[in-house]
Amino acid sequence: MKKRKQSGMTFIVKTITNLIIGFMMVFGAYVVLYGHITPGGGFPGGVMIALAYILITLAYGRKVVESMVSGVAGSICDDVGALAILILGVVGLLLGGTFLFNFLPKGTPFDLFSAGHIILYNLAITVKVGMSLYIVFLALAILQRVVTEDETQEVGK
Amino acid sequence: METIIILHLLLGFMIIGSVITIEIRNMLSAVIAVGAVGFILAMAFLFLGAPDIAITQVIVEVLSLIILIRATINVDNEAIEKKEEHVLSNRTTLIFVGIILVFAWFAFHSLRPFGEPLMRISNFYLIHGLAEVGAANFVTSVILDFRAYDTFGEAMVLFVSISGAFAILRRWKREQHKDFLRIDREH
Amino acid sequence: MTLYFLDFVLLIIGLYALVVKRHIVKKILGVAIMEYAVNLFLILLGFKKAGIAPILTKDMDLQTFIQTAVDPLPQALVLTSIVIGLGTLALMVAMAIRLYERYGTFDMEEINRLRG
Repeated sequence: MKKRKQSGMTFIVKTITNLIIGFMMVFGAYVVLYGHITPGGGFPGGVMIALAYILITLAYGRKVVESMVSGVAGSICDDVGALAILILGVVGLLLGGTFLFNFLPKGTPFDLFSAGHIILYNLAITVKVGMSLYIVFLALAILQRVVTEDETQEVGK
Repeated sequence: METIIILHLLLGFMIIGSVITIEIRNMLSAVIAVGAVGFILAMAFLFLGAPDIAITQVIVEVLSLIILIRATINVDNEAIEKKEEHVLSNRTTLIFVGIILVFAWFAFHSLRPFGEPLMRISNFYLIHGLAEVGAANFVTSVILDFRAYDTFGEAMVLFVSISGAFAILRRWKREQHKDFLRIDREH
Repeated sequence: MTLYFLDFVLLIIGLYALVVKRHIVKKILGVAIMEYAVNLFLILLGFKKAGIAPILTKDMDLQTFIQTAVDPLPQALVLTSIVIGLGTLALMVAMAIRLYERYGTFDMEEINRLRG
């Protein structure tokens, strides 16, 4: 009789993860998007989104989270985020004369689309910080387990 | 006045927590104690009027706890620190630490009294922030408009350090898959 | 003034852990404690008595806000410093894991003896 190996943690942890994950992602997005009105910004929001993916990794195991965002996709998103920061700076140079110039209109305070390019920067920093911390966690937590899983599979054969 | 008393209490707890961190022998307990010190620090940031920093400190503390626990609970479960002889003897260390603390006490008297910051540059940021940037959060307007170079440098430093961590943790394929060895023998 | 001094005691405790202890993870915890002490010192420098956070809300008058807000510049620098501290912590933990796999121990004295 085939016994299916259970990956990840117990059923209670998986249920709580199901309930909490949506809230964490939405709250992370709120902290990022409203970073110029309330406390927060790109850095805490990015780390919060990385923590949401890390929670899925801890609760469900490596295979489930790699089917959502694989290591290669995370690395590509990390590079795209860093490039986006650079490109925004160069666009500021072309349009305003100095690197990282604020080239979008100011708007009225307390609006979502006010304060120029700050919201674009927050989004780029979120993608960069979030994805890089997620892939570093995959490298730290998963590489050792790859070795032991191969060994146990060979013993099982 | 109560704020300053509360800050003294919080700093006292942080000192007790950090002494527990470095003297306890079980590594998992040490990591949890340093996490407690970080959370008390986030509370101190809230009392000092820095909610942005408090949010960032809590989030970063949780992630560094996860990374540190990964380092201490390894395959061999070597979670107890071995009994050690100290590099310097206890008396010499205490004498040096005492001298440093005495000089530090006199050095801190040359700073401005606590609670009266010299806000020469920050007055400019506070007065012109709303008109020139339009953001209600003045800390964000400082890091992303007035001092955007520092944030740019920080993003690059984070990129380099994460790439470095990746380069250290990368395994050569030769250790895992045997078919690469077969390809090498054919050449 | 005693707040600055207590903060300096925290820094010295972190430095003691970094220099004297033999276990690598204790040294990493010492570096983390030193980072806490330095960030706290910067925020303590910018504190204003009876001050409010530098976040403007809708019902606040701009002039009273400018008079009573705490310093936003050290907060910007500390935000940078906290995130960079996380990056260097990840790097140090990666090196510690690699050292364990290579030498089989976390003890720095034994690693110094077993080099090669």
